[in-house]
Amino acid sequence: MRILKKLKPTFWDHEDIATGPYKHHFNFRRIWKRAILATATVALVPLIIWAVAGYKLNLDTIESELVLRTSQLMSNSWRSVSLFLSERRSVLDFIAHDNNFETLNDPSRLAAMLDNLNKRFGGFTDLGVIDSKGIQRTHVGSHQLKGLDYNNQPWFREVLKRGVYISELVLGFRNEPHLDFAVKRNLPDGSFFVLRAALKPRQLNELIVQLEVGEKEDLFIINREGVLQTPSRYYGPVLRKIPMAVPEYSSKERVLESKNDQNEQIVIGCAYIPETPFILMIVNQKGDLIQPWYKTRWAFTFILATSILLILLVTLGVATHLVDQIHDADQERVDTLHQVEYANKMVSLGRLASGVAHEINNPLAIINEKVGHIRDIFTMTETYAKDPKLISLVESVLSTVHRCGTVTKRLLNFARHLNVSIQTINLSEIINEVKSVLAKEAEFRCITVGVAVSDNIPPFESDRGKLEQIFFNLFNNAIGAMNDGGHLEIRAKREDLDFISVTFSDNGRGIPESDLKHIFKPFFYSKTGESGTGLGLSVTYALVQEIGGTISVQSQLGKGTCFNIRIPLKMAEKNQKDSLT
Amino acid sequence: MKTRVLLVDDEEQFVQALSERLALRDYDITTSLSGDDALKKIKRYNYDVVILDVAMPGIDGIYALREIKKMKPLTEVIMLTGQGTVETAIEGMKLGAFDFLMKPCNTEDLDTKIKKAQARKAEHEERIRAAKVSDIISSPRSVLKDD
Repeated sequence: MRILKKLKPTFWDHEDIATGPYKHHFNFRRIWKRAILATATVALVPLIIWAVAGYKLNLDTIESELVLRTSQLMSNSWRSVSLFLSERRSVLDFIAHDNNFETLNDPSRLAAMLDNLNKRFGGFTDLGVIDSKGIQRTHVGSHQLKGLDYNNQPWFREVLKRGVYISELVLGFRNEPHLDFAVKRNLPDGSFFVLRAALKPRQLNELIVQLEVGEKEDLFIINREGVLQTPSRYYGPVLRKIPMAVPEYSSKERVLESKNDQNEQIVIGCAYIPETPFILMIVNQKGDLIQPWYKTRWAFTFILATSILLILLVTLGVATHLVDQIHDADQERVDTLHQVEYANKMVSLGRLASGVAHEINNPLAIINEKVGHIRDIFTMTETYAKDPKLISLVESVLSTVHRCGTVTKRLLNFARHLNVSIQTINLSEIINEVKSVLAKEAEFRCITVGVAVSDNIPPFESDRGKLEQIFFNLFNNAIGAMNDGGHLEIRAKREDLDFISVTFSDNGRGIPESDLKHIFKPFFYSKTGESGTGLGLSVTYALVQEIGGTISVQSQLGKGTCFNIRIPLKMAEKNQKDSLT
Repeated sequence: MKTRVLLVDDEEQFVQALSERLALRDYDITTSLSGDDALKKIKRYNYDVVILDVAMPGIDGIYALREIKKMKPLTEVIMLTGQGTVETAIEGMKLGAFDFLMKPCNTEDLDTKIKKAQARKAEHEERIRAAKVSDIISSPRSVLKDD
């Protein structure tokens, strides 16, 4: 909360104290909000649009790449598997057509052929010749199956119809998974025989293992019922049914997207291998394939978020700064307006006061003289001189006039203080002027006055009238405090870069320590029995403060008093303002 | 010889009362109600002391003071001010006024100040006379020179 308070710009709680028509120009919060909204919108909307579009494009590209890759792998594998099967089928076809029925029925020849086949291709376990009645006439291989009747087997029907047959993975009579290959040879006499071979699926499995490229890819073969013909990474060993629908027939390889039983995105590629019951399938975990993309996506999101945050921060900062500046400028404007108004008011007030004082002063002077005249006549004429009643009446009129005079003088003084007149001041000139005003009195009382103004005091800006009044008051005070024949020393020197100091030291009676702290208070006076309003020093104190200075006093009873004023070389603006109020 | 005093103020009542009072104190008083008139009188006659109001319509006190000091430098001037400001007093003193007094003023003060002013003028004149005498003694022909 404290940080928030610190961060809160000054305009936030702005309340125009001088609210009135034509003074209040701005609603800063609204400007701020609008600025932020506009800037952020202009900056963020295109960024976000670009980001979303880019994201989508990237995703599409990656997905299509994934499909392409699957489809490529698919066609490669398809070619290899097709080749593998057709090779074996073709060699059987060749054997069947290259040898006549009799040669093939010779078990030793047939055994030699099986041996040759295994040497060239490997994996053949049995070789048999079946006549047109479906009876196995000759058989060589691991199992003794001679004489079996295949006439009613579905594959036998198939081979009769199409001339060639490749079976799916079967257990058969041997109860061992194998593939059956069968080719039919038509003989010139209209009869035919069928050459049949059994193949262990080991080689096909090895081929498929070799083809598998990706770590997470699953390449396998199923039959049209969805039963696994080669082991699958995900769906288990052979002869198990895969838990998904068998894709519909299509002459070309296809790639589809789907979901597996764990509801994960998968990509399936499939192709029917012609003239076989086999369907080649590839299953890819889409999530795994897109993994690199996800990493990129994180980076992408991070950069986007950082950009947005940065833009927001910059927008916020700039808007706040600018509105703050406007606020400051406006505040200054209002202040100035306020000040000018106030100054005008005070000047008018001052004029009124001095006008009234002046107009009353003249009649007062007349009354003073008239009454004085009466008193003169009374005191000089024997008839009235002995009447104390009359004399005291006249004296009381005179003292009343004197009181009125004091009031008008104060009024004039007040009016004068309202006028600030900043001028370039030559300090020694002012001190000498003030000295010349009071020199007569000092001279009359045999008081010597020494003035020492050091040369390094530059001309400076201050209120001349106030300075004169301050010096006049201190000078007057000092003379009042001294007996005839005293000495007043006025010293001025430059104190530091910004201040000069002026000291008035007299060798008068001094001020008791108990009084020292009160002397600047209004209506405190110690010149017992002497005239004075007790305002001199308090007025001086106020004046010194108004020009931005300080006043201090040291005194020793019976030895003298020293007043020290520090005057700034440049009046602070605040003091100028204060002196108006 | 009575001290010759010229009292200048635009307030007729004030001038009348004060002049009578000063006359009672054995001064030779002439009055004038405007700066213009005062300057004419000063040009024609010699006064010892001029009491001059600062604020007057037409020619004001400060201007009149300047003129007086030009015409008759030896004539002492006491300024009367109704404004009670130090600035006016300083201005006056700079231009060679003898002293200043705030209105309404104490007659005894005024009396003292006139006497002092007169004394200073007399002293000045005495010095000039002495200088002239010594001048004449050292060179009698200088009598023939114009002043």
